[in-house]
Amino acid sequence: MNDAGAGGAVKRRSEAVGRAVWISGPVVRADLTASVFMGEQMEVGANRLIGEIIGVSGAQALIQVYEETEGMQPGEPVFGTGLAMYIELGPGLIGGVFDGVQRPLNLLRRKGPFVEKGAKADPLDPARRWRFVPKATPLAKIRGGEVLGVVPETPVVEHRVLAPPDWSGDLVAIAPEGDYAVRDRIATIRIDGREFPVSMVQRWPVKQARPYQEHLRPIVPLITGQRVFDLFFPLAKGGSAAIPGGFGTGKTVTQHQLSKWAEADVIVYVGCGERGNEMAEVLMDFPKLSDPRTGRPLMEKTVLIGNTSNMPVAAREASIYTGITMAEYYRDMGYHVALMADSTSRWAEALREVSARLEEMPAEEGFPAYLATRLAQFYERAGRVRTLSGREGSVTIIGAVSPAGGDFSEPVTQHTKRFTRCFWALDKDLAGARYFPAINYLESYSGYLDDVSEWWRDRYDPKWRDIREQAMQLLQEDDRLQRIVRLVGEDALPDEQRLIIEGSRLLQEGCLQQNANDPVDTYCRPEKQLGLLKAILHFVSRAKEIVKRGAPIHRIRETPARESIVRAKDKIPNDHPELLDELVAAIDREMDALYAEFQKVG
Amino acid sequence: MRSESGKIYRGLAGVSGALVFLQGGGGVAYGEMVEIVGDDGRTRAGRVLIASRETLAIEVYQGTEGISPTGARIRCLGRPLETPVAVEMLGRTFDSFGRALDGGPDPLADDWRNVNGAAINPAVRAYPRDFLQTGISAIDGLNTLVRGQKLPIFSGSGLPHIQLAAQIVRQAQAPGETEGFAVIFAIIGASRDVADIFRRSVEESGALQRVAMFVNFADDPAVERLVTPRTALSLAEYLAFDCGMHVLVVMTDITQYCEALREVASAKGEVPSRKGYPGYLYSDLAALFERAGRIQNKAGSITQVPILTMPNDDITHPIPDLTGYITEGQIVLERDLDRAGIYPPINVLPSLSRLMSDGIGEGRTRSDHAHLSSQLYSAYAYARRIRMLAAIVGEEELAGRDRKYLDFGRRFEREFIGQAIDENRTIEQTLDLGWLMLRELPAADLTRVSAEEIARHLK
Repeated sequence: MNDAGAGGAVKRRSEAVGRAVWISGPVVRADLTASVFMGEQMEVGANRLIGEIIGVSGAQALIQVYEETEGMQPGEPVFGTGLAMYIELGPGLIGGVFDGVQRPLNLLRRKGPFVEKGAKADPLDPARRWRFVPKATPLAKIRGGEVLGVVPETPVVEHRVLAPPDWSGDLVAIAPEGDYAVRDRIATIRIDGREFPVSMVQRWPVKQARPYQEHLRPIVPLITGQRVFDLFFPLAKGGSAAIPGGFGTGKTVTQHQLSKWAEADVIVYVGCGERGNEMAEVLMDFPKLSDPRTGRPLMEKTVLIGNTSNMPVAAREASIYTGITMAEYYRDMGYHVALMADSTSRWAEALREVSARLEEMPAEEGFPAYLATRLAQFYERAGRVRTLSGREGSVTIIGAVSPAGGDFSEPVTQHTKRFTRCFWALDKDLAGARYFPAINYLESYSGYLDDVSEWWRDRYDPKWRDIREQAMQLLQEDDRLQRIVRLVGEDALPDEQRLIIEGSRLLQEGCLQQNANDPVDTYCRPEKQLGLLKAILHFVSRAKEIVKRGAPIHRIRETPARESIVRAKDKIPNDHPELLDELVAAIDREMDALYAEFQKVG
Repeated sequence: MRSESGKIYRGLAGVSGALVFLQGGGGVAYGEMVEIVGDDGRTRAGRVLIASRETLAIEVYQGTEGISPTGARIRCLGRPLETPVAVEMLGRTFDSFGRALDGGPDPLADDWRNVNGAAINPAVRAYPRDFLQTGISAIDGLNTLVRGQKLPIFSGSGLPHIQLAAQIVRQAQAPGETEGFAVIFAIIGASRDVADIFRRSVEESGALQRVAMFVNFADDPAVERLVTPRTALSLAEYLAFDCGMHVLVVMTDITQYCEALREVASAKGEVPSRKGYPGYLYSDLAALFERAGRIQNKAGSITQVPILTMPNDDITHPIPDLTGYITEGQIVLERDLDRAGIYPPINVLPSLSRLMSDGIGEGRTRSDHAHLSSQLYSAYAYARRIRMLAAIVGEEELAGRDRKYLDFGRRFEREFIGQAIDENRTIEQTLDLGWLMLRELPAADLTRVSAEEIARHLK
C-alpha cells in the first residue's frame, strides 16, 4: 500500500536526518545520519524550507529546495518526511490559489504582500466545516476510488469523497450526514484485518499518475467557443494540445479564453513562471465572469496555481505536477477537467537551471537530456478514462510553449510536438496586424479530426467535415495566390482568382478572427460557429457565379451583405441563431439582384 | 554603509576573476555580505555565492586586483546585501550601493532593505488599469501604458531612446493626479556622457526634486551592475508600498546588465545556454521586472520602463527575446523610421502593450479608443505591405485603393507617430488625430470601428 496515498490524519514524520554542508541557490548538499529515498519530501534548514531529494550517494544527499535559500548556513539541520513529494487533495481546492508547492497564497496574504521564505499554511483550511452526505453502504465491501460520500464544494462542483485509490477492503463505519472539518474521520476501512481511519484529505505523490480502470478513445470534442479551434483544429476531451508562440502573439490571452469558455467541469490553471499581473487579472476576472453553461462565476470551478517568474525556480518545476495531480483527482470523481499550463517552456527552463547547478551533461541548448522524457510523462497524464468507480472522466492538457526567438525548431517545441496531437501555432505577423487569435491556419493541425467528426455529424450537420475541408481549401488556395500577389499585386490577377482572395479575406475577418474583448464575440456556440462558416461559404459560391458573368470584384466587395457577414460575429447573439438564416436570405437577395444585372449585361 | 562586527578570516584559497575562494567558512550563510580587505588596504564588498564547510565562493564587487591569497582579510557581516531607503533620497545621485555620488553626505536611512526584495504574492496584486499619459501618440494611442506595468523600449545603438525616455519622464502624468509622483533612474554601465544627458534632461524639466538616480559607469566592475537595478528597485518599493507614491523606474541599459551577468557566470564556470548567457537569464531578469506592479489596498505603484539596445537590431537575440516574455509588451524603435527623420521612430507593428485593453475606454481614455487603435493598426500593417509591393512593381502599377493606403502610411508616420521632442499631446488630441488619419481610407474598409463611431468622429 502506498503510504503517501493514505487518507486520514497521517502524522507527519519529521525527524532530523542530517545537516546541510553546501548551499548554492536552490541546491543544497547534506551529510546524512539516517536514510532518505529518492524523491522524498524534505524540510531544509532552520526555516524548514520545502525541498525534495534529487540524488543520494553514500552518506550524502542532494536536495532541491523550493524556496529562497539566502541566509542558510552550513550546519543547519535537514528533516525527512518519509513521503514522496506530495500534495493534499480534498474539498477547498476549487476557488483556491496555490503556489507551485501548494502553499495557499490566499491565506499567506495575511502575512503581508510579499511571500517570505519559510512562510507556511495548510493548503486546505483545517477549520472550515463541510456538509458531508454519506453515499456508501456501511459493512459492505469497498474498493479504492469508490465514492464514500459527497460534499457541496461550490454550487457547481459536487466534491465526491473517494476511498483512497489503493485501499480496498470492508467499510467498517461511515459518518452520518453532518458538518465535518477536512481532517475529521468520516469512515473506517478494514484491510487485511487492520482498521484505517479515512478523512476527506488524501495525500498523493505528485509525480505518480493516479490510477483508473480503462483508457477510452477521445471522441467528444472539448468545445471552447473559439471558432478557429472548434471548427478547424478541434481538441477532444482527454486530448492534449500545444500552443507555441513568440512573445506578443497572444498565448496567454488564448489560454485565458480557453479557461473561461471551454466546456469543462473543472479548470486547473497553472501560471508557471509567468507574469504576476496575469495572475492578478485572472483573480480579478474569474469571480466576475460567468460560465456560459451554468451561469455561475467561473471561480466556482477553477483552481489556480501561480508560480510567477520571480518566485523560486524549483517550485516552478513542481507547479506542473501539482496541477496535473489535482486535475486527475477531479477526473477520478467523474469530471471533465481541462488543465492549462502557461508556460511549459518556463518549466523546461527550470529543469535546465537545476540541471546546470548539478553540473549534469547538457544536451541541446543546455537542456538536460531527460527533457523529452519529462514532457512525455506530463502529457501522457491526459486522457479520457473509466475511473475506478466506473464513471467517465477526462483530463485535457493545453500547454503553452514559449520558443526562444519565436523559432519553433527549438527543443521544447519540437519535443512537445511529439507528445501532443493538437498543434495551435501562433504567428507573429498575424499578431502584428492585430489579427486575433493569431493562429496560423496553415501550420496548425489537429490529430482529433477523425475522432470528433461523428459528434459534429450527429449533432449539427452531416456535412461538417466537407464544410471544413471546403474552407481549408479556400485558405490554402489564397496562400498560394498571395505569393504571386506579393510580386505583381492583386490587380494583376484574373477576377476568379481575386474572388478566392476576397473569399479567404472574408473567412478570416468574419469567422477565424474573434475578439476576446467583445462581450458577444468572446464566446461562440457551435451552432453559430457553423452557421457563420456556412453563410460565408454560401456567399463565396454565389459570388462565383456572378463573377463568371463578368461582374467586377469591387461590386462583390461593396455588397451590404458582405459587411453584415463581417459584423455578424458580434452582432448576432448566441441565442438567436435564426438571425443567421436572415443573413443567408439577405445574401441570396443581393446576389440574385447582381446576377440579374449581369445576366442582362452579358 | 552600516558598520557591524562579524567573523574575520585571514587568507584565501584562491582568486579567479571576480571570485575569491575561502577555506573552511562554516557559519557563513549563503548570500551573506562580506568585506574583503586586500593587500592594498582597500575595502571591497562581496557576497557569498556558495556556502560550504570546505570552500566558500565569494563574488567581489569592486574588483579583485590587489588581493592576494595570503594578505587578504575577510569580515563576514552576518546579513544579506542591504541598501538604505529614504524619501530624502529623491533629488540625489547614488552609486550601486546607495552611497552618495553627488558630493553630498550619504543618506540617512529610513530603513535598510534586502536588495533582492521578495516576490509579491500574486494573490495580493491589484490588476493595473489606470491610464498613464505620456503625451506621445504612438504610445498613448496604440500602446497605452498603465500604472504598475513594465513596458520596455527595444532600441538599437544610435537610436534616440535616451531622448524618448527623458521625454516620457518629463511628460508622464495620470490625468487628475500630480502629487506623490517619483522617478527613479537606474543607469547601468553607461558612459559618463549618457549619464549626463539624463541628468540634464531631468534638470531642464524642473523635476529634479522628485528624481533619484543610481549610476553604474561603464568602467565600474561588471558585478556591480548586477546590484544597480536592485538597489534602485528597493527604493522604488519603499516609496511605492510604504510611502504610497507612484514611482516610474527607468532602467538603462538592460543589455549591459545581461553582459555583466554573462561575464560573472562564465567566471564561475557555469554551463552556458544560448549565446553564452546563463540558463537562468530569464529568471534573473524576471526577478527585476516582476518588481513592478500594484498591491491591493495600497496607494502606490511601480511602473517600469526598462531600455535595452538590441545587439545588431536583432529582436530574436536572447536579451530582447527573454525580456519580451517577461514584460507586458514592448515599444520597438526602428532604424528606417529614424533615417526618415521621424521622431520618435516607434514602429507600432511589433510594439505592444498587453495591459492596454483594460486601461482604455469609457471613463479611462475614450469609448472609441479600442476600435480606433485596432483600425489604425490593421490599416498601417496593410500600408506597409503595399509599400513593399510598390518597391517591386512601382507605385504607378498600384490600384487606386492601394495607393490610398500608401498615402495613409506616409501621413500616419509623419503626423501621428512623428511629433516634436517637446510636444505633449493629450489623449483627446491623439485620438482625434487618429480619426483624421482614417479619412485617407476608403469608407468600406473601416470595418473595425462601428458605424456610430464613424458618424461621431470621422467628420
